[in-house]
Amino acid sequence: MNFLTVTDLGKTYGRTAALAGINMVVRQGSRTTILGPSGSGKTTLLRLIAGFAAPDTGSITLDGKVLANARSFVPAHLRGIGVVMQDGALFPHLTIAENIGFGLKAAPDRQARVQEMLDLVGLDPVMLTRKPDQLSGGQQQRVALARALAMKPRLLLLDEPFSALDTGLRTATRNAVAAALDAAGVTAILVTHDQGEALSFSDQVVLLEQGRLMQSGTPQDLYFRPKTARVAHFLGEAIILPATIANGQARCSLGLISVEADGFAGQADILLRPEQIRLMEADSTDASNAVVEATNFAGAATTITIGLLTSGDVGQILTLPANGADLKVGSRVSVAPTGAAHRFEGFST
Amino acid sequence: MTKLSRTVSFSRRRSRTFPVTIAALIVAAFALIPLGFVLWASLTTGWSIAGPMIFRPRVAELLVNTLLLVLLTVPICVGLAAALAWLTERTDLPFARLWSWLAVAPLAVPAFVHSYAWVSLWPGIHGLGAGVLVSVLAYFPFIYLPVAATLRRLDPALEDQAASLGLNLPQTLRRVVLPQLRLALCGGALLVSLHLLAEYGLFAMIRFDTFTTAIFEQFQSTYNGAAAQMLALVLVLSCLGLLGLEAMLRGNSRYARVGAGAPRSAVRHRLGRPAALWLILPLATAVLSLGVPCLTLGRWLLAGGAEIWRLDQIGHALWQTLLLCLIGGVTTVLAALPMAWLSVRAPSPRHRLIEASYYLAAAMPGVVVALALVTVTVRVALPFYQTTATITLAYVILFLPRALIALRASLAQAPVELDQAAASLGQSPFTTFRRVTLRLAAPGAAAGMALTALGIMNELTATQMLAPLGTRTLTMAFWSLTGEIDYAAAAPYALLMVLFSLPMTVLLHRQSRRSAGQ
Repeated sequence: MNFLTVTDLGKTYGRTAALAGINMVVRQGSRTTILGPSGSGKTTLLRLIAGFAAPDTGSITLDGKVLANARSFVPAHLRGIGVVMQDGALFPHLTIAENIGFGLKAAPDRQARVQEMLDLVGLDPVMLTRKPDQLSGGQQQRVALARALAMKPRLLLLDEPFSALDTGLRTATRNAVAAALDAAGVTAILVTHDQGEALSFSDQVVLLEQGRLMQSGTPQDLYFRPKTARVAHFLGEAIILPATIANGQARCSLGLISVEADGFAGQADILLRPEQIRLMEADSTDASNAVVEATNFAGAATTITIGLLTSGDVGQILTLPANGADLKVGSRVSVAPTGAAHRFEGFST
Repeated sequence: MTKLSRTVSFSRRRSRTFPVTIAALIVAAFALIPLGFVLWASLTTGWSIAGPMIFRPRVAELLVNTLLLVLLTVPICVGLAAALAWLTERTDLPFARLWSWLAVAPLAVPAFVHSYAWVSLWPGIHGLGAGVLVSVLAYFPFIYLPVAATLRRLDPALEDQAASLGLNLPQTLRRVVLPQLRLALCGGALLVSLHLLAEYGLFAMIRFDTFTTAIFEQFQSTYNGAAAQMLALVLVLSCLGLLGLEAMLRGNSRYARVGAGAPRSAVRHRLGRPAALWLILPLATAVLSLGVPCLTLGRWLLAGGAEIWRLDQIGHALWQTLLLCLIGGVTTVLAALPMAWLSVRAPSPRHRLIEASYYLAAAMPGVVVALALVTVTVRVALPFYQTTATITLAYVILFLPRALIALRASLAQAPVELDQAAASLGQSPFTTFRRVTLRLAAPGAAAGMALTALGIMNELTATQMLAPLGTRTLTMAFWSLTGEIDYAAAAPYALLMVLFSLPMTVLLHRQSRRSAGQ
């Protein structure tokens, strides 16, 4: 069932439209990511849902109840929506225990609830008496999560909670947060500019750019079946090739590939992701269709740049994962696509 | 080899800071004369004499007066200043910027001029009620300034966070905003309390007896009796008690913003209702704290006409005042320089202790400083009695923190790397200090000098007790004319003091904005 419904939402600051015509639906118990570059309006959208600001147009409905529309506005403290801010926003004058119990009524089970939340986010009980500035960034984020979850929120909003953390800590904290969310069974919306985070964290991705919704759907939808080349590039390395399509097959500079054609025939651009292309050392010069232009060693993420050969000349340049292949610059290789390519509607790019 | 180089670098570092530390210590020794004097006097007087002098009805009466004054004035100041700061900084109050200036402007009117304005408007005004009223109007900006600056700097994410945890606005104010204002409120309240204990002119004019007015009267009648010294002891103990109380209330917690990145600028709350209703508070405050002085001053100036502008006398007083300001300002900045340099370049617990002694010395009321310096010069340094040197020393003791803070801020602009660069270009440490450090610290030195000079210009108590014979500064002339109930003739002096204090007010308002990053 639809839990959160956002309809035609718009917000203007001064003369610039921060958001316009946003429609989205979030299912109960799911995890949604709002993805976009900085300045795309994703934090504005989050603040409108949280109730920190009022929309200029459109409506927000949670569990059948209107939170904001042209006539009414429910203030943040009555919404029952939890928020984890970018830097945790822990109250600096309170201890960790007081922070986690901040929103709870002075009930006898308050202490127990604080303890339970601390366990849920995997923090040591010795932390309870400390002040926020004695904790690391990752620990602060976990406390902020525990504080929000202690209120048993109907919906939890996470505003780039991992972006201030360094790489190793980011993955660990993200996994801890995902586990805690699953355990608590809370519907969550994450805001981020990191597409890897978006793809791995969520059931649904909503991509924003310049205040407009570019595309929304499952991570697989956005990654493999983007509507435009811009979306394709935003979600990862994209290889976009012109092709001639007929009978569910596309002929392009890499050869013949199957494509989701839906009965289409004619000229169109197709999308392949680098991991869909197999790179092999050519046994003989005749079997090769590309030449190695450069290699960039980066451990597991080592890439190889190749130039496709069309009738003997170097044409399109592609950068592919090396997958352990150790190739010298100038050596001949053969490349072949696997799986199915994605066809862009109309003449894009 | 390593051992040798370490020895060399150690001795060199020591030789660099050692003379500076000695200089800072000498200044500290001079600054602590008043406190030392009071303690010494009470020890040598002996219990049989001191006991009856301390435990007598008069002291109890003064203690009750002073205590009531502090207990009534400080909470009213806190409430008024916090409400005004909230209205001007965090709501959509119409003309918020104007009200914010008007909330700082009363500082341009010396406290005893506030009192003069009220007495001439309402001659019957006297006693505790009058003391509280005039003190609140004269001193509330000391709390408004830091509270407004803190409110501007608070991370609005914390308030959003509290709302998302189910708190409404009043609950958020009480549980999130107020605790973070604690440092500003404590600091401001301490400053107001110390002024209440130290002020003479304000309370003398409305005939309200405090320790300071009593000591002053004792001093005038018996010059330097044991009675005055014992009163000074109780006064000093009260000041020390206040300092301790503030340190205890403030705690040692840091309310730094947790996390990285710049905070969003704060949201202004909608006042709703008729906004005019909310305007009553800043309007009433401005009328009472600025309207009344302007009205009475204007009235006396008009009534006095050209007659009260005795230019020869006013000119003479102005000249003597400016001269004292210049001498005092330069000396105070020079005295603060060693400590300022140490606290920026070689911070250490030992150096912080020296710095703390400066603040402690400056917390002593002017009347105690003057009493101590009179006694010391009469007993051990008679040639210095009633000389410019002695009154300059009093100014240095009273205003050292002003110069120190200004100097420290601008010395921090001259990082040690620049010294190293100069050294690598073949400059000696002294030349480097002169050509680089001092050069960069110059704006701070100028600001420190200006703040000190303006303090001296409005200083009444110590100036009257210590000024060389024949000196008649603006404050002294103003005071003796009001003593003769010649309010019209006093008006030009009050006007001059207000005009000279205006730049300081502008400076303070700007500084508080800048510290909030605006």
